[in-house]
Amino acid sequence: MAIHKVCGIETEYGIITRGFDANPVVASSVLVNAYAGNFPQMIGWDFADENPGLDARGFVLDDAFPPEVEMHLVNSVLTNGARYYVDHAHPEVSTPECTSASQVVLFDRAAEEVIRRSAESANAKLPADHEIVLYKNNSDGKGNSYGCHENYLVDRNLPFGRLAGLITTHFVTRQVFTGAGKVGCEQPGRASHTVPFQLTQRADFFEEEIGLETTLKRPIVNTRDEPHCNPNLYRRLHVIVGDANMSEVATFLKVGTTAIVLAMIEDDVLPHNLLLANPLQAMTAVSHDPSLRATVERVNGQRLTALEMQFLLLENAEKYAQQYGLACVEDPGTPGEGEAILARWKEVLEGLEREPASVSQIVDWVAKMRLVDGLASRHGLTPGHAKLKAVDLQYHDMRPERCLARRVGLESMWSADAVAAAISEPPDTTRAFFRGKCLQKWPNDVVAANWDSLVFDVGDEPLRRVPMMEPLRGTRAIVGDLIDSSKTPRELIEMLGAGASETSGFVDPGMY
Amino acid sequence: MAERIQKQRSERGNDAVADESTAPAAGTERSEKLKAELDDLLDEIDEVLESNAEDFVKSYVQKGGE
Repeated sequence: MAIHKVCGIETEYGIITRGFDANPVVASSVLVNAYAGNFPQMIGWDFADENPGLDARGFVLDDAFPPEVEMHLVNSVLTNGARYYVDHAHPEVSTPECTSASQVVLFDRAAEEVIRRSAESANAKLPADHEIVLYKNNSDGKGNSYGCHENYLVDRNLPFGRLAGLITTHFVTRQVFTGAGKVGCEQPGRASHTVPFQLTQRADFFEEEIGLETTLKRPIVNTRDEPHCNPNLYRRLHVIVGDANMSEVATFLKVGTTAIVLAMIEDDVLPHNLLLANPLQAMTAVSHDPSLRATVERVNGQRLTALEMQFLLLENAEKYAQQYGLACVEDPGTPGEGEAILARWKEVLEGLEREPASVSQIVDWVAKMRLVDGLASRHGLTPGHAKLKAVDLQYHDMRPERCLARRVGLESMWSADAVAAAISEPPDTTRAFFRGKCLQKWPNDVVAANWDSLVFDVGDEPLRRVPMMEPLRGTRAIVGDLIDSSKTPRELIEMLGAGASETSGFVDPGMY
Repeated sequence: MAERIQKQRSERGNDAVADESTAPAAGTERSEKLKAELDDLLDEIDEVLESNAEDFVKSYVQKGGE
Protein backbone atom coordinates (compact mmCIF):
# COMPACT_ATOMS: atom_id res chain seq x y z
CA MET A 1 0.00 0.00 0.00
CA ALA A 2 1.14 3.52 -0.78
CA ILE A 3 2.53 5.42 2.21
CA HIS A 4 0.80 8.56 3.47
CA LYS A 5 1.40 11.45 1.12
CA VAL A 6 2.77 13.97 3.61
CA CYS A 7 3.07 17.17 1.59
CA GLY A 8 3.82 20.89 1.60
CA ILE A 9 4.48 23.89 -0.63
CA GLU A 10 7.36 26.38 -0.77
CA THR A 11 6.63 29.67 -2.53
CA GLU A 12 9.10 32.34 -3.60
CA TYR A 13 7.44 35.72 -3.98
CA GLY A 14 8.33 38.35 -6.55
CA ILE A 15 9.51 41.57 -4.86
CA ILE A 16 9.89 45.15 -6.08
CA THR A 17 10.63 48.45 -4.36
CA ARG A 18 8.92 51.71 -5.22
CA GLY A 19 10.30 55.16 -4.52
CA PHE A 20 13.75 53.81 -3.76
CA ASP A 21 16.31 51.44 -5.19
CA ALA A 22 17.26 48.43 -3.15
CA ASN A 23 18.98 45.19 -3.90
CA PRO A 24 16.23 42.50 -3.82
CA VAL A 25 18.22 40.45 -1.30
CA VAL A 26 18.28 43.45 1.04
CA ALA A 27 14.61 44.24 0.42
CA SER A 28 13.70 40.61 1.12
CA SER A 29 15.73 40.65 4.34
CA VAL A 30 14.05 43.87 5.43
CA LEU A 31 10.73 42.15 4.88
CA VAL A 32 11.49 38.99 6.86
CA ASN A 33 13.15 41.02 9.63
CA ALA A 34 10.17 43.36 9.81
CA TYR A 35 7.95 40.36 10.44
CA ALA A 36 10.41 38.75 12.85
CA GLY A 37 10.63 42.09 14.68
CA ASN A 38 7.03 41.61 15.74
CA PHE A 39 8.14 38.41 17.49
CA PRO A 40 11.37 39.09 19.39
CA GLN A 41 11.72 35.41 20.32
CA MET A 42 11.73 34.13 16.77
CA ILE A 43 13.95 31.11 16.29
CA GLY A 44 16.78 30.68 13.79
CA TRP A 45 17.01 27.85 11.29
CA ASP A 46 19.55 25.08 11.79
CA PHE A 47 21.45 24.02 8.65
CA ALA A 48 23.34 21.09 10.14
CA ASP A 49 21.58 18.46 8.02
CA GLU A 50 21.03 20.32 4.74
CA ASN A 51 22.50 18.59 1.71
CA PRO A 52 20.68 19.72 -1.41
CA GLY A 53 23.36 18.32 -3.74
CA LEU A 54 22.37 14.67 -3.29
CA ASP A 55 20.73 13.17 -6.36
CA ALA A 56 17.78 10.79 -6.17
CA ARG A 57 19.29 8.63 -8.86
CA GLY A 58 21.95 7.65 -6.36
CA PHE A 59 24.97 9.77 -7.23
CA VAL A 60 26.36 13.24 -6.69
CA LEU A 61 26.83 15.36 -9.80
CA ASP A 62 30.20 17.09 -9.94
CA ASP A 63 29.63 19.15 -13.04
CA ALA A 64 26.09 20.18 -12.20
CA PHE A 65 25.24 23.18 -10.12
CA PRO A 66 23.84 21.93 -6.85
CA PRO A 67 21.61 24.51 -5.23
CA GLU A 68 23.37 26.67 -2.71
CA VAL A 69 22.27 26.94 0.87
CA GLU A 70 22.65 30.58 1.72
CA MET A 71 23.52 30.39 5.37
CA HIS A 72 24.11 34.07 5.89
CA LEU A 73 20.60 35.11 4.95
CA VAL A 74 17.66 35.65 7.19
CA ASN A 75 15.93 32.52 8.32
CA SER A 76 13.22 31.88 10.83
CA VAL A 77 10.76 29.28 11.99
CA LEU A 78 7.16 30.20 12.69
CA THR A 79 5.01 28.77 15.47
CA ASN A 80 2.77 27.13 12.86
CA GLY A 81 5.77 25.00 11.92
CA ALA A 82 6.50 26.91 8.70
CA ARG A 83 9.85 28.29 7.60
CA TYR A 84 10.13 31.92 6.46
CA TYR A 85 13.36 33.04 4.87
CA VAL A 86 15.24 34.73 2.08
CA ASP A 87 16.17 32.38 -0.75
CA HIS A 88 18.33 33.87 -3.48
CA ALA A 89 16.68 37.23 -4.12
CA HIS A 90 13.16 36.39 -2.95
CA PRO A 91 11.26 36.05 0.29
CA GLU A 92 10.08 32.46 0.60
CA VAL A 93 7.64 30.65 2.85
CA SER A 94 7.57 26.87 3.23
CA THR A 95 4.36 25.55 4.71
CA PRO A 96 4.63 23.08 7.58
CA GLU A 97 4.34 19.40 6.71
CA CYS A 98 0.68 18.58 6.02
CA THR A 99 -1.35 15.37 5.69
CA SER A 100 -3.87 16.56 3.10
CA ALA A 101 -4.32 18.94 0.19
CA SER A 102 -6.88 21.03 2.08
CA GLN A 103 -4.37 21.49 4.90
CA VAL A 104 -1.77 22.64 2.36
CA VAL A 105 -4.28 25.17 1.01
CA LEU A 106 -4.87 26.50 4.52
CA PHE A 107 -1.16 26.93 5.28
CA ASP A 108 -0.44 28.37 1.84
CA ARG A 109 -3.12 30.98 2.56
CA ALA A 110 -1.55 31.59 5.98
CA ALA A 111 1.79 32.10 4.22
CA GLU A 112 0.21 34.75 1.99
CA GLU A 113 -1.05 36.48 5.11
CA VAL A 114 2.44 36.38 6.66
CA ILE A 115 3.78 38.01 3.49
CA ARG A 116 1.07 40.70 3.63
CA ARG A 117 1.71 41.45 7.30
CA SER A 118 5.46 41.57 6.66
CA ALA A 119 4.97 44.13 3.91
CA GLU A 120 2.71 46.20 6.15
CA SER A 121 5.29 46.13 8.98
CA ALA A 122 8.18 46.94 6.65
CA ASN A 123 6.33 49.71 4.82
CA ALA A 124 5.23 51.30 8.10
CA LYS A 125 8.91 51.83 8.90
CA LEU A 126 9.80 53.21 5.46
CA PRO A 127 9.31 56.85 4.38
CA ALA A 128 5.82 57.62 3.05
CA ASP A 129 6.80 57.46 -0.64
CA HIS A 130 8.78 54.24 -0.27
CA GLU A 131 7.13 50.88 -0.63
CA ILE A 132 7.98 47.18 -0.90
CA VAL A 133 5.44 45.28 -3.02
CA LEU A 134 5.11 41.51 -3.28
CA TYR A 135 3.72 39.29 -6.03
CA LYS A 136 2.70 35.64 -5.78
CA ASN A 137 3.75 34.72 -9.32
CA ASN A 138 6.62 32.89 -11.00
CA SER A 139 8.12 35.07 -13.70
CA ASP A 140 8.89 38.68 -14.55
CA GLY A 141 8.02 38.31 -18.25
CA LYS A 142 11.67 38.84 -19.16
CA GLY A 143 12.96 35.32 -18.82
CA ASN A 144 13.55 35.29 -15.06
CA SER A 145 11.63 32.72 -13.07
CA TYR A 146 11.26 31.81 -9.40
CA GLY A 147 9.48 28.81 -8.04
CA CYS A 148 6.51 27.43 -6.22
CA HIS A 149 7.69 23.97 -5.24
CA GLU A 150 5.60 21.09 -3.95
CA ASN A 151 6.93 18.29 -1.79
CA TYR A 152 5.49 14.80 -1.37
CA LEU A 153 6.65 11.90 0.78
CA VAL A 154 7.20 8.75 -1.27
CA ASP A 155 8.36 5.26 -0.46
CA ARG A 156 12.12 4.79 -0.79
CA ASN A 157 11.46 1.34 -2.30
CA LEU A 158 9.69 2.83 -5.31
CA PRO A 159 12.07 2.65 -8.31
CA PHE A 160 12.84 6.24 -9.23
CA GLY A 161 12.64 5.58 -12.98
CA ARG A 162 9.02 4.42 -12.75
CA LEU A 163 8.15 7.38 -10.56
CA ALA A 164 9.81 9.91 -12.88
CA GLY A 165 8.25 8.61 -16.10
CA LEU A 166 4.64 8.38 -14.96
CA ILE A 167 4.54 11.52 -12.83
CA THR A 168 5.82 13.43 -15.87
CA THR A 169 2.57 12.59 -17.67
CA HIS A 170 0.63 14.25 -14.87
CA PHE A 171 2.98 17.25 -14.64
CA VAL A 172 2.61 17.97 -18.35
CA THR A 173 -1.16 17.51 -18.58
CA ARG A 174 -2.31 18.89 -15.19
CA GLN A 175 -1.34 22.31 -16.55
CA VAL A 176 -4.91 22.63 -17.87
CA PHE A 177 -6.14 23.31 -14.33
CA THR A 178 -2.96 24.26 -12.39
CA GLY A 179 -1.88 27.06 -14.75
CA ALA A 180 -1.89 30.57 -13.30
CA GLY A 181 -1.92 32.04 -16.83
CA LYS A 182 0.69 34.20 -18.52
CA VAL A 183 0.66 36.98 -21.10
CA GLY A 184 3.44 36.36 -23.61
CA CYS A 185 6.15 33.79 -24.13
CA GLU A 186 9.56 33.48 -22.47
CA GLN A 187 10.86 30.47 -24.32
CA PRO A 188 14.44 31.19 -25.45
CA GLY A 189 14.59 32.34 -29.06
CA ARG A 190 10.90 33.17 -29.34
CA ALA A 191 9.33 36.61 -29.45
CA SER A 192 7.04 37.23 -26.49
CA HIS A 193 3.95 38.28 -28.45
CA THR A 194 3.97 35.13 -30.60
CA VAL A 195 2.11 33.48 -27.70
CA PRO A 196 -0.41 36.14 -26.66
CA PHE A 197 -1.64 34.09 -23.70
CA GLN A 198 -0.62 30.72 -22.24
CA LEU A 199 -1.83 28.46 -19.45
CA THR A 200 1.18 28.49 -17.14
CA GLN A 201 3.88 30.79 -15.82
CA ARG A 202 6.49 28.04 -15.75
CA ALA A 203 6.28 25.90 -18.90
CA ASP A 204 8.72 28.10 -20.86
CA PHE A 205 11.54 27.37 -18.42
CA PHE A 206 12.02 23.60 -18.69
CA GLU A 207 14.93 22.26 -20.71
CA GLU A 208 15.49 18.74 -19.35
CA GLU A 209 13.25 15.77 -18.60
CA ILE A 210 15.06 14.88 -15.40
CA GLY A 211 17.90 16.41 -13.36
CA LEU A 212 19.17 18.04 -10.20
CA GLU A 213 19.18 21.73 -11.07
CA THR A 214 16.44 24.18 -10.15
CA THR A 215 17.90 27.44 -11.48
CA LEU A 216 19.59 26.43 -14.75
CA LYS A 217 18.43 23.92 -17.36
CA ARG A 218 15.42 23.17 -15.20
CA PRO A 219 14.13 19.57 -15.35
CA ILE A 220 10.47 18.48 -15.37
CA VAL A 221 11.37 15.94 -12.66
CA ASN A 222 13.78 17.28 -10.08
CA THR A 223 16.05 14.67 -8.54
CA ARG A 224 17.09 16.48 -5.38
CA ASP A 225 17.37 13.70 -2.81
CA GLU A 226 17.08 15.39 0.53
CA PRO A 227 14.25 13.69 2.41
CA HIS A 228 14.51 15.66 5.69
CA CYS A 229 13.42 12.43 7.42
CA ASN A 230 14.51 8.80 7.62
CA PRO A 231 16.36 8.33 4.29
CA ASN A 232 16.16 4.53 4.51
CA LEU A 233 12.38 4.62 4.36
CA TYR A 234 11.44 7.74 2.46
CA ARG A 235 12.06 10.08 -0.41
CA ARG A 236 10.79 13.62 -0.65
CA LEU A 237 9.73 14.25 -4.25
CA HIS A 238 10.64 17.89 -4.85
CA VAL A 239 8.34 19.21 -7.59
CA ILE A 240 9.43 22.35 -9.41
CA VAL A 241 7.08 22.47 -12.42
CA GLY A 242 4.08 24.08 -10.72
CA ASP A 243 2.75 27.64 -10.75
CA ALA A 244 1.91 29.60 -7.60
CA ASN A 245 -1.88 29.69 -7.60
CA MET A 246 -4.11 32.50 -6.44
CA SER A 247 -7.12 30.15 -6.60
CA GLU A 248 -7.42 28.00 -3.48
CA VAL A 249 -9.23 25.27 -5.38
CA ALA A 250 -6.44 25.22 -7.98
CA THR A 251 -3.90 24.60 -5.20
CA PHE A 252 -6.23 21.95 -3.75
CA LEU A 253 -6.45 20.20 -7.12
CA LYS A 254 -2.75 20.57 -7.86
CA VAL A 255 -1.69 18.93 -4.59
CA GLY A 256 -4.63 16.52 -4.28
CA THR A 257 -4.42 15.03 -7.77
CA THR A 258 -0.63 14.80 -7.64
CA ALA A 259 -0.77 12.98 -4.28
CA ILE A 260 -3.28 10.49 -5.72
CA VAL A 261 -1.23 9.93 -8.89
CA LEU A 262 1.87 9.33 -6.75
CA ALA A 263 -0.03 6.81 -4.64
CA MET A 264 -1.13 5.01 -7.83
CA ILE A 265 2.48 4.90 -9.06
CA GLU A 266 3.63 3.53 -5.69
CA ASP A 267 1.01 0.78 -5.89
CA ASP A 268 1.91 0.22 -9.57
CA VAL A 269 -1.62 0.41 -10.91
CA LEU A 270 -0.99 2.85 -13.77
CA PRO A 271 -0.51 1.36 -17.25
CA HIS A 272 2.86 2.23 -18.71
CA ASN A 273 1.28 3.27 -22.00
CA LEU A 274 0.42 6.53 -20.22
CA LEU A 275 4.06 7.57 -20.64
CA LEU A 276 4.68 10.51 -22.97
CA ALA A 277 6.95 10.22 -25.99
CA ASN A 278 8.29 13.77 -25.85
CA PRO A 279 7.44 15.47 -22.56
CA LEU A 280 9.52 18.64 -23.06
CA GLN A 281 7.85 19.48 -26.36
CA ALA A 282 4.48 18.50 -24.87
CA MET A 283 4.97 20.84 -21.90
CA THR A 284 5.02 23.99 -24.02
CA ALA A 285 2.56 22.66 -26.61
CA VAL A 286 -0.06 22.27 -23.85
CA SER A 287 0.74 25.56 -22.16
CA HIS A 288 0.78 27.60 -25.36
CA ASP A 289 -2.71 26.51 -26.41
CA PRO A 290 -5.61 27.99 -24.42
CA SER A 291 -8.02 26.36 -26.92
CA LEU A 292 -6.98 23.05 -25.26
CA ARG A 293 -6.86 21.32 -28.65
CA ALA A 294 -3.10 20.67 -28.75
CA THR A 295 -2.22 16.99 -28.60
CA VAL A 296 0.61 15.15 -26.89
CA GLU A 297 2.07 11.85 -28.04
CA ARG A 298 2.03 8.73 -25.90
CA VAL A 299 4.77 6.12 -26.13
CA ASN A 300 2.33 3.91 -28.06
CA GLY A 301 2.15 6.59 -30.75
CA GLN A 302 -1.39 7.71 -29.98
CA ARG A 303 -1.97 11.46 -29.84
CA LEU A 304 -4.38 12.80 -27.21
CA THR A 305 -5.18 16.22 -25.82
CA ALA A 306 -4.01 17.06 -22.31
CA LEU A 307 -7.66 16.91 -21.22
CA GLU A 308 -8.05 13.42 -22.65
CA MET A 309 -4.90 12.30 -20.83
CA GLN A 310 -6.28 13.81 -17.63
CA PHE A 311 -9.57 11.93 -18.07
CA LEU A 312 -7.53 8.71 -18.38
CA LEU A 313 -5.68 9.49 -15.14
CA LEU A 314 -8.99 10.32 -13.43
CA GLU A 315 -10.54 7.02 -14.59
CA ASN A 316 -7.58 5.15 -13.17
CA ALA A 317 -7.86 7.12 -9.94
CA GLU A 318 -11.55 6.29 -9.56
CA LYS A 319 -10.78 2.59 -9.99
CA TYR A 320 -7.85 2.89 -7.59
CA ALA A 321 -10.05 4.55 -4.97
CA GLN A 322 -12.50 1.63 -5.08
CA GLN A 323 -9.80 -0.96 -4.79
CA TYR A 324 -7.33 0.66 -2.38
CA GLY A 325 -9.19 3.57 -0.78
CA LEU A 326 -7.67 7.05 -0.54
CA ALA A 327 -6.81 7.24 3.17
CA CYS A 328 -3.19 8.05 2.22
CA VAL A 329 -4.22 11.54 1.01
CA GLU A 330 -6.54 12.35 3.94
CA ASP A 331 -5.93 13.75 7.40
CA PRO A 332 -5.77 10.70 9.68
CA GLY A 333 -9.20 10.10 11.23
CA THR A 334 -11.10 12.42 8.87
CA PRO A 335 -12.18 10.47 5.80
CA GLY A 336 -13.86 12.01 2.75
CA GLU A 337 -11.27 14.27 1.24
CA GLY A 338 -10.05 11.70 -1.28
CA GLU A 339 -13.54 11.51 -2.76
CA ALA A 340 -13.76 15.32 -2.69
CA ILE A 341 -10.55 15.54 -4.74
CA LEU A 342 -11.93 13.06 -7.30
CA ALA A 343 -15.21 14.98 -7.55
CA ARG A 344 -13.53 18.33 -8.09
CA TRP A 345 -11.04 16.81 -10.51
CA LYS A 346 -13.97 15.53 -12.58
CA GLU A 347 -15.78 18.85 -12.27
CA VAL A 348 -12.83 20.86 -13.53
CA LEU A 349 -12.06 18.52 -16.45
CA GLU A 350 -15.70 18.41 -17.58
CA GLY A 351 -15.97 22.18 -17.22
CA LEU A 352 -12.84 22.78 -19.29
CA GLU A 353 -14.06 20.34 -21.93
CA ARG A 354 -17.50 21.95 -22.18
CA GLU A 355 -16.65 25.64 -21.84
CA PRO A 356 -13.56 26.91 -19.99
CA ALA A 357 -15.42 30.06 -18.88
CA SER A 358 -17.58 27.80 -16.71
CA VAL A 359 -14.62 27.13 -14.37
CA SER A 360 -13.36 30.71 -14.10
CA GLN A 361 -14.08 30.60 -10.35
CA ILE A 362 -11.51 27.83 -9.79
CA VAL A 363 -8.94 27.96 -12.62
CA ASP A 364 -6.54 30.90 -12.49
CA TRP A 365 -5.61 30.99 -16.19
CA VAL A 366 -9.27 31.07 -17.20
CA ALA A 367 -10.03 33.92 -14.78
CA LYS A 368 -6.97 35.87 -15.91
CA MET A 369 -7.57 35.33 -19.62
CA ARG A 370 -11.09 36.69 -19.24
CA LEU A 371 -9.62 39.97 -17.90
CA VAL A 372 -6.88 40.14 -20.52
CA ASP A 373 -9.23 39.44 -23.44
CA GLY A 374 -11.90 41.75 -22.03
CA LEU A 375 -9.49 44.65 -21.64
CA ALA A 376 -7.96 44.04 -25.07
CA SER A 377 -11.32 44.18 -26.80
CA ARG A 378 -12.56 47.16 -24.74
CA HIS A 379 -9.52 49.31 -25.58
CA GLY A 380 -8.54 47.73 -28.91
CA LEU A 381 -5.20 46.53 -27.55
CA THR A 382 -3.06 44.13 -29.58
CA PRO A 383 -0.74 41.40 -28.22
CA GLY A 384 2.38 42.94 -26.72
CA HIS A 385 0.60 45.97 -25.25
CA ALA A 386 1.95 46.84 -21.79
CA LYS A 387 -1.53 47.06 -20.26
CA LEU A 388 -2.14 43.40 -20.95
CA LYS A 389 1.11 42.39 -19.25
CA ALA A 390 0.26 44.74 -16.36
CA VAL A 391 -3.01 42.84 -15.84
CA ASP A 392 -1.02 39.58 -15.78
CA LEU A 393 1.40 40.89 -13.11
CA GLN A 394 -1.18 42.67 -11.03
CA TYR A 395 -3.38 39.57 -10.86
CA HIS A 396 -0.78 38.34 -8.31
CA ASP A 397 -0.30 41.61 -6.33
CA MET A 398 -0.29 40.82 -2.59
CA ARG A 399 -1.84 44.21 -1.69
CA PRO A 400 -5.54 43.44 -1.23
CA GLU A 401 -6.61 46.79 -2.71
CA ARG A 402 -4.52 46.18 -5.85
CA CYS A 403 -4.84 42.42 -6.30
CA LEU A 404 -6.87 41.59 -9.42
CA ALA A 405 -7.33 37.92 -8.45
CA ARG A 406 -9.41 39.13 -5.51
CA ARG A 407 -11.90 40.70 -7.89
CA VAL A 408 -12.64 37.85 -10.27
CA GLY A 409 -14.91 35.75 -8.02
CA LEU A 410 -12.51 32.92 -7.10
CA GLU A 411 -14.08 30.34 -4.84
CA SER A 412 -12.80 30.20 -1.28
CA MET A 413 -12.19 27.00 0.74
CA TRP A 414 -11.20 28.45 4.10
CA SER A 415 -12.64 31.29 6.17
CA ALA A 416 -10.53 34.31 7.12
CA ASP A 417 -10.69 33.17 10.76
CA ALA A 418 -9.29 29.74 9.92
CA VAL A 419 -6.45 31.36 7.95
CA ALA A 420 -5.69 33.80 10.78
CA ALA A 421 -5.47 30.90 13.26
CA ALA A 422 -3.15 28.95 10.92
CA ILE A 423 -0.61 31.79 11.02
CA SER A 424 0.35 30.79 14.56
CA GLU A 425 -1.10 27.28 15.08
CA PRO A 426 0.56 24.22 13.52
CA PRO A 427 -1.30 21.31 11.92
CA ASP A 428 -2.21 18.57 14.45
CA THR A 429 -1.31 15.66 12.24
CA THR A 430 2.45 15.86 11.51
CA ARG A 431 5.72 16.52 13.35
CA ALA A 432 5.12 20.21 12.59
CA PHE A 433 2.85 20.05 15.65
CA PHE A 434 5.83 19.23 17.91
CA ARG A 435 7.98 21.93 16.28
CA GLY A 436 5.30 24.60 16.47
CA LYS A 437 4.11 23.83 19.99
CA CYS A 438 7.65 23.75 21.43
CA LEU A 439 8.32 27.12 19.80
CA GLN A 440 5.11 28.50 21.26
CA LYS A 441 5.77 27.20 24.75
CA TRP A 442 9.54 27.62 25.07
CA PRO A 443 10.66 30.32 22.63
CA ASN A 444 13.70 31.13 24.79
CA ASP A 445 14.88 27.56 25.10
CA VAL A 446 14.70 26.35 21.50
CA VAL A 447 17.98 27.54 20.02
CA ALA A 448 17.59 26.06 16.56
CA ALA A 449 15.03 24.22 14.48
CA ASN A 450 14.87 22.50 11.15
CA TRP A 451 12.63 20.00 9.42
CA ASP A 452 13.93 16.94 11.24
CA SER A 453 15.16 18.19 14.61
CA LEU A 454 14.85 20.74 17.38
CA VAL A 455 17.77 21.87 19.54
CA PHE A 456 17.08 22.90 23.14
CA ASP A 457 19.18 24.84 25.61
CA VAL A 458 18.51 23.15 28.93
CA GLY A 459 20.70 25.38 31.07
CA ASP A 460 24.00 24.15 32.46
CA GLU A 461 24.24 21.07 30.25
CA PRO A 462 25.27 20.74 26.59
CA LEU A 463 22.58 21.61 24.06
CA ARG A 464 20.14 18.75 23.50
CA ARG A 465 19.00 17.79 20.04
CA VAL A 466 15.66 16.04 19.54
CA PRO A 467 15.60 14.27 16.17
CA MET A 468 12.25 14.05 14.39
CA MET A 469 12.89 11.53 11.63
CA GLU A 470 9.26 10.42 11.25
CA PRO A 471 6.99 13.04 9.63
CA LEU A 472 3.84 11.37 10.99
CA ARG A 473 5.04 11.34 14.61
CA GLY A 474 5.19 14.28 16.96
CA THR A 475 1.49 14.86 16.31
CA ARG A 476 -1.09 16.22 18.74
CA ALA A 477 -2.38 12.67 19.30
CA ILE A 478 1.10 11.41 20.19
CA VAL A 479 2.85 14.28 22.01
CA GLY A 480 0.07 16.77 22.82
CA ASP A 481 -0.31 15.64 26.46
CA LEU A 482 3.44 15.28 26.91
CA ILE A 483 4.06 18.89 25.88
CA ASP A 484 1.12 20.12 27.97
CA SER A 485 2.31 18.35 31.11
CA SER A 486 6.00 19.30 30.80
CA LYS A 487 6.87 22.49 32.64
CA THR A 488 10.33 22.84 31.12
CA PRO A 489 12.14 21.54 28.03
CA ARG A 490 14.35 19.54 30.40
CA GLU A 491 11.26 17.78 31.69
CA LEU A 492 10.00 17.20 28.15
CA ILE A 493 13.34 15.72 27.08
CA GLU A 494 13.49 13.53 30.18
CA MET A 495 10.06 12.17 29.39
CA LEU A 496 11.00 11.64 25.74
CA GLY A 497 14.15 9.85 26.85
CA ALA A 498 12.76 7.87 29.78
CA GLY A 499 11.19 5.12 27.73
CA ALA A 500 8.73 7.57 26.26
CA SER A 501 10.34 7.45 22.85
CA GLU A 502 7.96 4.61 22.00
CA THR A 503 5.01 6.93 22.38
CA SER A 504 6.65 10.11 21.14
CA GLY A 505 7.82 8.32 18.05
CA PHE A 506 11.23 9.95 18.18
CA VAL A 507 14.47 8.24 18.97
CA ASP A 508 16.16 9.23 22.23
CA PRO A 509 17.36 12.80 22.24
CA GLY A 510 21.08 13.06 21.75
CA MET A 511 23.77 15.56 22.59
CA TYR A 512 24.25 18.29 20.06
CA MET B 1 -13.35 17.15 5.91
CA ALA B 2 -16.11 17.83 3.44
CA GLU B 3 -17.91 20.29 5.71
CA ARG B 4 -14.65 22.10 6.34
CA ILE B 5 -14.53 22.89 2.66
CA GLN B 6 -17.07 25.60 2.16
CA LYS B 7 -18.82 25.26 -1.12
CA GLN B 8 -19.15 28.84 -2.18
CA ARG B 9 -19.59 28.63 -5.91
CA SER B 10 -20.00 32.07 -7.29
CA GLU B 11 -23.34 33.08 -8.72
CA ARG B 12 -21.77 33.26 -12.12
CA GLY B 13 -20.44 29.70 -11.87
CA ASN B 14 -23.84 28.28 -10.95
CA ASP B 15 -25.58 30.11 -13.74
CA ALA B 16 -23.06 28.90 -16.24
CA VAL B 17 -23.80 25.29 -15.31
CA ALA B 18 -27.55 25.62 -14.81
CA ASP B 19 -28.14 27.43 -18.09
CA GLU B 20 -26.05 25.05 -20.12
CA SER B 21 -28.92 23.16 -21.77
CA THR B 22 -31.78 25.66 -21.60
CA ALA B 23 -33.51 27.45 -24.44
CA PRO B 24 -31.65 29.87 -26.77
CA ALA B 25 -33.52 32.81 -25.21
CA ALA B 26 -32.11 31.93 -21.81
CA GLY B 27 -28.70 31.54 -23.44
CA THR B 28 -28.85 35.08 -24.79
CA GLU B 29 -30.00 36.34 -21.43
CA ARG B 30 -27.12 34.54 -19.78
CA SER B 31 -24.52 35.88 -22.17
CA GLU B 32 -25.87 39.40 -21.69
CA LYS B 33 -25.64 38.97 -17.94
CA LEU B 34 -22.08 37.68 -18.25
CA LYS B 35 -21.20 40.59 -20.49
CA ALA B 36 -22.63 43.08 -18.00
CA GLU B 37 -20.64 41.45 -15.20
CA LEU B 38 -17.48 41.56 -17.23
CA ASP B 39 -18.10 45.23 -18.05
CA ASP B 40 -18.40 46.05 -14.35
CA LEU B 41 -15.26 44.08 -13.64
CA LEU B 42 -13.34 45.84 -16.42
CA ASP B 43 -14.48 49.22 -15.03
CA GLU B 44 -12.87 48.21 -11.75
CA ILE B 45 -9.71 46.96 -13.47
CA ASP B 46 -9.37 50.22 -15.38
CA GLU B 47 -9.51 51.98 -12.02
CA VAL B 48 -7.01 49.90 -10.03
CA LEU B 49 -4.59 48.99 -12.82
CA GLU B 50 -1.16 50.60 -12.42
CA SER B 51 -1.57 54.07 -13.95
CA ASN B 52 1.60 53.88 -15.99
CA ALA B 53 1.43 50.31 -17.26
CA GLU B 54 4.46 50.67 -19.49
CA ASP B 55 6.77 51.84 -16.68
CA PHE B 56 5.37 49.25 -14.32
CA VAL B 57 5.90 46.36 -16.72
CA LYS B 58 9.35 47.60 -17.72
CA SER B 59 10.53 48.01 -14.12
CA TYR B 60 9.17 44.68 -12.97
CA VAL B 61 12.48 42.81 -13.11
CA GLN B 62 13.29 39.88 -10.88
CA LYS B 63 16.37 37.85 -10.24
CA GLY B 64 15.90 34.17 -10.95
CA GLY B 65 15.21 32.16 -7.86
CA GLU B 66 14.94 28.63 -6.51
